[in-house]
Amino acid sequence: MVKVYTSTVIDAPAEQVWAIVRDFNGLPNWTPFCAESRIEGGEPADRIGAVRNFRLKDGGVLREKLLMLSDYDYQCSYSILESPLGVTDYVATLKLSPVTDGDRCFAEWSAEFNCAAGREGELSQLIGQGVFQGAFDTLKEKARRA
Amino acid sequence: MPRIVRSTVIDAPVAEVWRILRDFNSHRDWHPAIADSVIEDGQAPDSVGAVRRFRLTGGVVLREQLLSLSDRDFALSYCILDAPLPLFGYVAHIRLRPVTDGNRTFWSWMSDFDCPPEREADMVRLVAEGVYEAGFGGLRRTLYPLGRGQGEGATRVGMFGKSATLSPQPSPQRGEGANAIVARAYGPPDVLQWTRVLVPPPGFGEVTVRHTAIGVNFIDVYCRTGYFRLLQPPGVLGMEGVGVVEDVGPGVTGLSPGDRVGYACAPVGAYAERRTMPAALLVSLPDDIDDETAAATLLKGMTAEFLLHRVHPLTASETAVVHAAAGGVGVLLCQWASALGALVIGVVGSEAKARVARAQGCAHVVLASDDVAGRVLELTGGRGADVVYDAVGRDSLARDLAMLALCGHIVSYGQAGGHLEPLDAAALAERSARLSRPNFGHYAGTPAQVRLSSQRLFDALRRGLVRPLVGARFPLREAAQAHRRLEDRASVGATILVP
Repeated sequence: MVKVYTSTVIDAPAEQVWAIVRDFNGLPNWTPFCAESRIEGGEPADRIGAVRNFRLKDGGVLREKLLMLSDYDYQCSYSILESPLGVTDYVATLKLSPVTDGDRCFAEWSAEFNCAAGREGELSQLIGQGVFQGAFDTLKEKARRA
Repeated sequence: MPRIVRSTVIDAPVAEVWRILRDFNSHRDWHPAIADSVIEDGQAPDSVGAVRRFRLTGGVVLREQLLSLSDRDFALSYCILDAPLPLFGYVAHIRLRPVTDGNRTFWSWMSDFDCPPEREADMVRLVAEGVYEAGFGGLRRTLYPLGRGQGEGATRVGMFGKSATLSPQPSPQRGEGANAIVARAYGPPDVLQWTRVLVPPPGFGEVTVRHTAIGVNFIDVYCRTGYFRLLQPPGVLGMEGVGVVEDVGPGVTGLSPGDRVGYACAPVGAYAERRTMPAALLVSLPDDIDDETAAATLLKGMTAEFLLHRVHPLTASETAVVHAAAGGVGVLLCQWASALGALVIGVVGSEAKARVARAQGCAHVVLASDDVAGRVLELTGGRGADVVYDAVGRDSLARDLAMLALCGHIVSYGQAGGHLEPLDAAALAERSARLSRPNFGHYAGTPAQVRLSSQRLFDALRRGLVRPLVGARFPLREAAQAHRRLEDRASVGATILVP
């Protein structure tokens, strides 16, 4: 099992960042790589089990299923059903924690998956830096401009 | 039941903060409200169940018990046993998390307790402000007694010790001179001479760098003796330098005078106050990597990077033997390999070096004078090591084979003890062994490779996976002395020359 962990500090209160990231259909609004997204079957985006079907700007299509969403402790988990990445058993969790001595929050994004031998490093880099850090950077930029 | 949660971001790597907090009695050193504290019954301060009895600066005495401690999650829990305060069923949790995009730590401190409603507001304030927030400030002052910005946007320099110097100098006169260490001929350290050399102005694609720290590597010895023909005497030694760009030639993009840079590569020429060299060979140094850290780790750390990630991608389930475990590359290999989760067995030449190696992440240390192969087999239950990192040379490969697990990998990356003796390749079949003989230039030779490798290294430094260990500093003009120590096997960690 490959494990990836990326974390950062965002200069905005946790509830404000959570309002953006809790929308399971909202990737195009806050990630630099997602072109469009829809929830399959017209389900609500916060229904556990909902499947988001989204297209990357480079054309790749992913389907991800919402496994857990908690407005109480600002976290959600999802799995990949289909993707061009070549990963299996992929489960990721995104979690925000308030930093109480400032209007900031601590954001963590972790994933576990299996992949073909030899691709671990490349996929860790792609997911940890390309996807998670890339999206964090966009959130930080949004917070900076707000 | 009130629940209190307080959290902050500390401008230090998680390992550094945890090293302090995991000691259940350390609060007397960093918490401003604690007058004194002892662990009862002589228990170790990291044994679960230990009780600390402490007195606040106001005179009140409390007893608290450690309920859980996890080095895996950087977390601990404790409860109050006795306190002259209405805090009932008080259980607190401290948890650290690394902030991976910056070398920082998220610290959360929370608790649940019961108390009479009329005292609740007081108790909440006492715990939240008097204990948790005051503690955050106290730890910060302990870590940075001279004061330092915290949080995003603050200037963060000298993350690994000494502050980075950033003092752009006026451009020198064209073709100005500099002092340098020149090898007059191939031979012993005595051939090294403090000499005035001319530094040419930067040509197309070149820059002139004023060095602030220079790394000494065993490859410099090979260059001096002529074992590697990378230098034609008389010539300036050295393949690792850090400094400030002084002058930029035509056609150079992305570098300006005043920029902090480093390099770890041929051509030789680092043992000089300044030099002119191709800009493409330089790595820009991030603000949080200070000069000495870079000079201590660029060449050795990129070597460790490709040995652990590309020559033999080491996994957590493997056992690695590291020869010369207290040496320049050795300590970084031990730190990084153990951070990757591997079991590391270090081989060293003396008891003093064994202590160094243990502190750098070796689970076991074996003296080179012992039966190393026998000890490795014993320590691995007869299985042997999955990989042996060996820069000893001479007849060491045959010994490595004897301590190898089936299908194991011998990685021979140096020959500090002398030229490698011929090895009968057929012998590798005894263990279905693989043998690699990597060359630094093939793994960190192109700008793209250097970028990848140095970024991995800087990332590992930020995350505290590797820490520079500078064993000795010499003035540049005493380079011969630095070489003697290296060849006498007297050195530990990295050796730095200071111009």
